[in-house]
Amino acid sequence: MKKILNSSIGFLIIALTFASCNNGDSSKSNSALSSNAAEKVYVAPGQHDEFYAFISGGFSGQLSVYGLPSGRLFKVIPVFSQDAEKAYGYNEETSPMLNTSHGFIPWDDSHHPDISQTNGELDGRYIYINANNTPRIAKIDLTTFETTEIIEIPNSAGNHSSSFVTENTEYVVAGTRFSVPIPQKDMSIKDYKGNFKGALSFLKVNPDNGEMSIKFQILMPGFNYDLSHPGRGKSHGWFFFTTYNTEEANSLLEVNASQNDKDFIAAINWKKIEEYVNNGGGTKMPTNYAHNVYSDETHSATSTMIKEVLTINPIDVPGAVFLLPTPKSPHGCDVDPTGEYIVGNGKLSANLTVHSFTKMQDAIANKKFDGDAYGIPILKFEDVLAGSVEQPGLGPLHTEFDGKGNAYTTFFISSEVVKWKLGTWEVIDRKPTYYSVGHLMIPGGNSAKPFGKYVVAMNKITKDRYLPTGPEVTQSAQLYDISGDKMELLLDFPTIGEPHYAAGCPASLIEGNSKKLYKLAENKHPYAAKSDADTKVVRNGKEVHIQMTMIRSHFSPDNIEGIKVGDKVYFHVTNLEQDYDVPHGIAMIGANTSELLIMPGQTETFIWEPKQVGVWPFYCTDFCSALHQEMQGYIRVSPASSNLELSWSLGE
Amino acid sequence: MKKSNIIMLIAALLPLGLFLFPLWKITLEAPQYPTPLGMYIHINDFSDANPFDIKNINLMNHYVGMKYIPDAIPEFKIFPIGIILTTILGLIIAFKGNYKWFLFWFVLMIVLCSAGLYDFYLWEHDYGHELDPKAIMKFTNPDGSVMGFQPPLFGSKDILNFKAHSYPRLGALFLGLGIASAFIAFLIGKKKTIKS
Repeated sequence: MKKILNSSIGFLIIALTFASCNNGDSSKSNSALSSNAAEKVYVAPGQHDEFYAFISGGFSGQLSVYGLPSGRLFKVIPVFSQDAEKAYGYNEETSPMLNTSHGFIPWDDSHHPDISQTNGELDGRYIYINANNTPRIAKIDLTTFETTEIIEIPNSAGNHSSSFVTENTEYVVAGTRFSVPIPQKDMSIKDYKGNFKGALSFLKVNPDNGEMSIKFQILMPGFNYDLSHPGRGKSHGWFFFTTYNTEEANSLLEVNASQNDKDFIAAINWKKIEEYVNNGGGTKMPTNYAHNVYSDETHSATSTMIKEVLTINPIDVPGAVFLLPTPKSPHGCDVDPTGEYIVGNGKLSANLTVHSFTKMQDAIANKKFDGDAYGIPILKFEDVLAGSVEQPGLGPLHTEFDGKGNAYTTFFISSEVVKWKLGTWEVIDRKPTYYSVGHLMIPGGNSAKPFGKYVVAMNKITKDRYLPTGPEVTQSAQLYDISGDKMELLLDFPTIGEPHYAAGCPASLIEGNSKKLYKLAENKHPYAAKSDADTKVVRNGKEVHIQMTMIRSHFSPDNIEGIKVGDKVYFHVTNLEQDYDVPHGIAMIGANTSELLIMPGQTETFIWEPKQVGVWPFYCTDFCSALHQEMQGYIRVSPASSNLELSWSLGE
Repeated sequence: MKKSNIIMLIAALLPLGLFLFPLWKITLEAPQYPTPLGMYIHINDFSDANPFDIKNINLMNHYVGMKYIPDAIPEFKIFPIGIILTTILGLIIAFKGNYKWFLFWFVLMIVLCSAGLYDFYLWEHDYGHELDPKAIMKFTNPDGSVMGFQPPLFGSKDILNFKAHSYPRLGALFLGLGIASAFIAFLIGKKKTIKS
């Protein structure tokens, strides 16, 4: 206890030293700002940004799309949280996306987006992103910028070391932060040690459509699996996971999980395990998890419950899993573009530790082990160490690479980004952040080919950087130019939720593939009305299905009678437009969901349950044309006992 | 076969290019359409310059009460027949006829094309002026007369917020070359005959 007290006082003193040092730097960067930073981020009206940045929304559960270098927000893609603006998770078509084994979960905590790769380079087809709280991985299709798949991860909790992809997008991983009983059971929490397990899930990706399926889960010792990165180049076929709480404490972890001088990076040879699985290895375990898939043809999602998962005991596959001692409670786990260096940022360590893949291979070949943990061989620290960056700052978290032999590491406690050189381990430059930076992102960061022009730092605290908005101030990211020897702060820009991590790529990878509309002819929604002739209202007991169309500037039908109190009225609305950027909306007074925002060629559905007799209006919610305000209609609601037949009309 | 007859043969065949390439194109530019709306006019049909352009032209034009551009107008049945017949006639002349017949075919084509253009003008005039009396928006000219929205027969013209362009395309070039070739065939044929 005393030791910890001492070390935190030590931190404070160093933090103060660094803080005063930062002040000096910031005045310098202010003068740089007055020179040409504004020009460097200025994207003239009508011009496009050079990069897309996909910044996770953290506790908002979403993914936001920004342009770099301007920092302009283009879209918030709803992923794990309902979004009334787009009806995501409210309409009948997308509600199944949020189905889980725990039922409908309309929120999550989204952390790490990663762009799909081909041959180690970004291909701009999909983004994968994890949900921490109720473990899930989502796929976002970058032709539509819509979430098209969500898979739940069983036997997992706090799905944090996710969702990074291997260099040909063979796999997306989902590592558990919290170890739990597997299978879940009613047991004493005190019996954690030795009984809880950490599941590292490998999700196979279908190369044609990006769809995921859980190929296998490795049931690891009950540590906390914090972050992960795939090997690449020479280390392709391996995956690396940082761990903390190798003490396997179950209470007051801030103290009890900070006792060991070294925790581990778990190195997993997934190719070896894949081979083992393909030869019939592993144990099938009963479980229950949801796999939700959205179709661009039916404009609808289906949710399927899967009852089985293949589990692997790591000691059954000798030579596949090793532990690399890494000081101290390492957080980030980052692999350089060549695949040689594995950076373990010990967040309580004074130094940055870098492991060598080549040395690791040698140590494994020579069986230079330093004991084992639950049968998993532990390598010797000195045998795998490539080098360390001495006292670069306080609280190292994450590292990205510029592809020119430099690495950039964030320091949470000293609020800065430090640039250092791979191989020589010397610090080249440091710049303050505002404040308490978590992740940073260089476009192409998790690939063999980073685009080392900018780095985006994502901060946890904003305080005085913007106009105040009450106790909750905006979240923020900062953009630095890293094209020169010294970094230059160019821009602060606000973000949604917590900007946890981001993925970026050149706009040219995505821009040209962007879908402009859905072809009406290809609409296979079961309740689509593809022309006014297809519109109808059908009663089925207390359910009424309205198949309605919308086009500038009317609904068809726009007058409906024969609805009764107590009915469950389904509005199935098809947007007949086939023009880019002409969605229409529809909202119904008293509807208990949200409006619909329907893209050209799409069909969406919401439910309205009228509770009062009367004539009630509905209208278009998206300003669509000169006659948007006229785009409206009425529904007559009669008493439950009424015998009024259903009727509907347009232009009568 | 004489040189002039060979040229006449080519002249008769060239208009068939109309079945391969569009005759005309009308383009509508406006600020809110960064990719202008456009439609091609073929010998037998309209087609989109970009997917769904005609649908979107119709959607926009209905504000001022213009008719929907029809899937087919009667002329689209007559024009192809006309071209096939004149080609057959041209071929007969190329094989059987002398230079005087070349001139006849040339004049015939000029007359038919002028009639076609006039018909096109009438269609455009009707399309731009015969507006739905219940139209949402009504515009008048400075002199008080009802504003028409007729696209230009040839050239460019401002119509409200749009700039309309109307120009011939490759099919028209084939037709024009065919007609011109017939005249060349006539001149060569005449020269040869007079010399001999």
